[in-house]
Amino acid sequence: MTIRISTIWRLGIKELWNLLRTPTLLALIGVVFTIQIYAAAVSMPFTLNRAPISIVDEDASPVSARIASAFYQPHFGPPQAITLSEMNRRMDEGIDTFALVIPPNFQRDLLAGSEPAMQLNVDATRMTQAFTGAGYVQAIVSGEISEFLQRYRVAESASVDLVLRAGFNPELNPNWFSAMMEVVNDVALLSVILAGAALIREREHGTIEHLLVMPVTPAEIMLGKIWPMAVVVMGAAFFSITVVVQTWLAIPVAGSLWLLMLGMALQLFATTSLGIFLATIAGSMPQFGLLLMLVLFPLQILAGGLTPVENMPPGLRILLSLAPDTHFVALSQSIMFRGAGLDVIWPQLLSLVAIGLAFFSFSLWRFRWSLR
Amino acid sequence: MLGLIGPDGVGKSTLLSLIAGARKVQAGEIEALGADMRKARDRSEIGPRIAYMPQGLGKNLYPTLSVFENVDFFGRLFGHARKERERRIHELLAATGLDPFPDRPAGKLSGGMKQKLGLCCALIHDPDLLILDEPTTGVDPLARRQFWELINDIRANRPGMGVIVATAYMDEAADFDWLVAMDGGRVLATGTPTELQEKTASSSLDEAFIALLPEEKRSQHRQVEIPPRPQSDGEEPAIEANGLTIRFGTFTAVDNVSFRIPRGEIFGFLGSNGCGKTTTMKMLTGLLPASEGTAKLFGREVDPHDLDTRRRVGYMSQSFSLYFELTVRQNLDLHARLFQMWAKDIPGRIKEMARRFDLIEVLESLPDALPLGVTQRLSLAVAMIHAPEILILDEPTSGVDPIARDALWQSFADLSRKDGVTIFISTHFMNEAERCDRISLMHAGKVLVSDTPAAIVEKRGSADLEEAFVSYLEAAIEDEGGVSDTKPKADVASDIVHAIGPGHQPAQRRWLDLRRIMSYARREALELRRDPIRASFAFIGSLVLLFVLGYGISMDVEDLPFAVLDHDQTTLSRDYTLDISGSRYFTERPPILDHADMDRRMRSGELSLAIEIPPGFAREVAAGRDVEIGGWIDGSMASRAETAQGYVEGLHAHWLMRQARETHGDRALEADFQLETRFRYNPNVESLIAMVPAVIALVLLFIPTMLATLSIVREKDLGSIVNLYVTPVTRLEFLLGKQIPYVGLAMVNLAMLTIFAIFVQGVPFTGSLLAYALGGLLYAIAATGLGLFISSFMNSQIAAIFLTTVVTMTLAVQYSGMIDPVASMEGEAALIGAINPASHFVTVSRGAFSKALGFGDLAASLLSLLAAGPVLLALSVFFLRKQAR
Repeated sequence: MTIRISTIWRLGIKELWNLLRTPTLLALIGVVFTIQIYAAAVSMPFTLNRAPISIVDEDASPVSARIASAFYQPHFGPPQAITLSEMNRRMDEGIDTFALVIPPNFQRDLLAGSEPAMQLNVDATRMTQAFTGAGYVQAIVSGEISEFLQRYRVAESASVDLVLRAGFNPELNPNWFSAMMEVVNDVALLSVILAGAALIREREHGTIEHLLVMPVTPAEIMLGKIWPMAVVVMGAAFFSITVVVQTWLAIPVAGSLWLLMLGMALQLFATTSLGIFLATIAGSMPQFGLLLMLVLFPLQILAGGLTPVENMPPGLRILLSLAPDTHFVALSQSIMFRGAGLDVIWPQLLSLVAIGLAFFSFSLWRFRWSLR
Repeated sequence: MLGLIGPDGVGKSTLLSLIAGARKVQAGEIEALGADMRKARDRSEIGPRIAYMPQGLGKNLYPTLSVFENVDFFGRLFGHARKERERRIHELLAATGLDPFPDRPAGKLSGGMKQKLGLCCALIHDPDLLILDEPTTGVDPLARRQFWELINDIRANRPGMGVIVATAYMDEAADFDWLVAMDGGRVLATGTPTELQEKTASSSLDEAFIALLPEEKRSQHRQVEIPPRPQSDGEEPAIEANGLTIRFGTFTAVDNVSFRIPRGEIFGFLGSNGCGKTTTMKMLTGLLPASEGTAKLFGREVDPHDLDTRRRVGYMSQSFSLYFELTVRQNLDLHARLFQMWAKDIPGRIKEMARRFDLIEVLESLPDALPLGVTQRLSLAVAMIHAPEILILDEPTSGVDPIARDALWQSFADLSRKDGVTIFISTHFMNEAERCDRISLMHAGKVLVSDTPAAIVEKRGSADLEEAFVSYLEAAIEDEGGVSDTKPKADVASDIVHAIGPGHQPAQRRWLDLRRIMSYARREALELRRDPIRASFAFIGSLVLLFVLGYGISMDVEDLPFAVLDHDQTTLSRDYTLDISGSRYFTERPPILDHADMDRRMRSGELSLAIEIPPGFAREVAAGRDVEIGGWIDGSMASRAETAQGYVEGLHAHWLMRQARETHGDRALEADFQLETRFRYNPNVESLIAMVPAVIALVLLFIPTMLATLSIVREKDLGSIVNLYVTPVTRLEFLLGKQIPYVGLAMVNLAMLTIFAIFVQGVPFTGSLLAYALGGLLYAIAATGLGLFISSFMNSQIAAIFLTTVVTMTLAVQYSGMIDPVASMEGEAALIGAINPASHFVTVSRGAFSKALGFGDLAASLLSLLAAGPVLLALSVFFLRKQAR
């Protein structure tokens, strides 16, 4: 296997020229790494942001009024007073996630100590809000009722207190997470598409054959696609992190930016190799497009950026550990949020190198075969 | 019959496309059949009376469709009834000799047959004006001869039909009624061929044409002179092939081909299209491995890993091997560097090549902007930049005008005779074949004859090489027992005239014609069916996506790793820990040693929760004093942190209550009130039940949108979009026709996904199936409409794939309510959520699956979905062009 740096350099420069002469693509890259990141950050609601709640107050007592007034933004939207008959329809239509029913004579029974029951209806198809919200409702209602009762009773003081702090993101602000994960996702998306499509385009235009009759090896052609795409994506991501995320959105990056860039370089080696690998499988651009959907979407959605990997079934987790995204998401979370150093993230770096090499060698093996 | 002649890039093709209405007129006016081609209404009125065959073999045909289906598609576009259409098709195919293989895909036809098929497609609607743009470029002499016989016969029988032809062959032009010679976008001269010859006092049209050119161009022209080759025997041959054979499956493309080409010879390779010339050349360059036999260059066997030999060979393939994103100079420079020439030699070499191939003026232009002939010259320059000893050239002169062709041949001659370069060349031009030292005639993978041109003519007893060539081919075809294309002339002509009828009956113009829509829809569906990989990706792929995402997207927070820093180490502290580790939400990891350890393990993401129990915890609790337990949660993923926080607090409260009961007895258990929480629609709060209906919405957005986008952008890329420009189909009809098959595909997908969700994944379906199916249909229309919209303003396939991926991903994941309810969004996000078809279908799907809802309950969402499709379609019609710019 011969690899000459000068050849790879030349081929890469040619790719950069191509990108430069495709203004739509450049514009898209620009939009994705600026506006889309910003939009993702500001549009992502707090887990429990303005959760729609309505209250069926059949008691109409001071206690029920007190409870109704205790739900306020940002966690809950303004509570709607509705009737019992309206409740089912509203929940069916998905208007409310929560509906709290305060039965008649609630206050009387409460004061009489006969332990009255209240009902909280939760739309459990909204998984994200259902659990957390139910907990919040419980806490808010308990708080109001015990405060109300304190006027009548002396409370026993609790002797053990649990002081919980959220590390790395004290306000539990989801914008941090979604902005960073958007950058991470875009890096993977763009690099796979650019590298793979560049190869297919050369094949469809017949120029790849021409390269192969010159003293140029398949490995050089592949590396000549990998480095320019990696450089472009790195540049865009660097701009996005320093300007959009750190400056514009004022989101702090806990760890070393350079370490993150090192991780990103390895990730790009793996994803561009993956893109080339997919291109050697797909026969034409439409097939490549479909293949992308099949491979990229599960990776993007399941890599840990949207839902935690720990929750997934074991078989799927093993499968996902073969994907570069999973490792890159893990390492970037460690660096960006938890300020982890090389001593912590080296296993992910090694995995990325291994995955990249695997895809690269496999594509190399398929390269000539795929030209037929 | 009018002929347009002129060098490359003088505006012949542009003029023809303007007449056909495929391109937009910038200034001036064109009247075709009495209609002003600048006006859309006029164009659509006379459109059905014009037939346009663009340049390039089979450019407006659909390669995966069969011969019959291609003609049928055009027949439907022009609105013939079924019976009439079938009669015409059969007769046209019979007349053109295509009737034995109506089922062969157009992509697998030879060049000559493609052009005949193109002619059938053009003639099916009985045009009054036939526009042919270089119809015989790249076609072998036999097929070319047959093509013109066909045209002449048709004209003889339908004198009313006008024909405009652009051509590079002067011998063809000599038979036309009237010629227009063009140069530099201007008309040089007009007249009959004889008039032109008289005017310039030349003996042939070739000469007349050269004489008509402006002085500066003419001066560049010289007669090609090839000195005889010095005989030198016993020398090692430069190229040697022995029994070369290649099979693709059961098809033998090249069958036992052998030849020896000595150094410095010009060796010509002739044969009909698709006879194996290109494949043989690819084997010589090592691009294709031979199934049998050997190929040797410089006495060394061809080896794809042998880089040294490659440095001594130059290859030019039929498709230009140029980078269209690089300027002419950059292309030359890149290739020079890839061949590892010395950096200091490169500028000089580029200058030399530019001079030799007349590229100096265009050095800084992009190849895209250059005419065909110039790009062809550039390809040649690129193949020769490294001064190779062998040149393998695959039809290097097709599409190049006579002057440039002669110039190229002069340089071949110089290379061969002065520098001893061996040239292996394939061509369709007989006058070029005559210039070769030796030629081989190939047919159907076999070499028929191999000798000097003069010897071949002599052997066959023919007048000239062309005749010898044709007679060899005809003999070979007859030997095979194949179809002879020589039908009695009179028959052909009357057949065709019979087929297309004597005159034109103007069809009723309708704003929206169902037949034309269905014509496109059928075509698209056929193409989808012919690409089993695409179809199976679409079907199997969506099931895989549903399976993986349905199980994978899980909002359950379970088995979060936690560990304890226990300073107390008493029974009580261990009891507290046990409560947490005993729950299904947390799993315990080895205890934390100290704060540094905790910090490290939290940082690496190993722990989601760390608990610190202070020293003297048990003692303080027993004494009734206040104690604080510390807890740290990994807050980087906010939603998970909040859920975890809720769990820990719950567990803590539970522990407190248990402690109280143990110390104070049962009385302490009494609560003030009860809050009964009912998790509706999904009582066990299972992720699968919540997620699968939403994932169906997701998958239905991804795949049909991508397919619809690429179906149009691809037509733009490959050139068949020209059918939209020149046929009476309107933009709306075109888009609807494209959309229908993909809506169908989406509905099949929906059915498959739903069945899979219910029976394999076990998600109960409780609502109205009909309302769900209707929602699905409206959603499929909206999703494909989104694809049409994206494709209406996108031209590059890469950018289209990228944009579609980003848009569908964002709409489906962020703004659909799949994870975060749309009701919780604010500002622009809420707006996007409200107009996003995906968010409405998520509501419909979840409602129908889990909430037992019917039409009434889902009316609002269904109405929103109903509106989305037409809005997107209208936007697409607005952005799509009906003419090239």
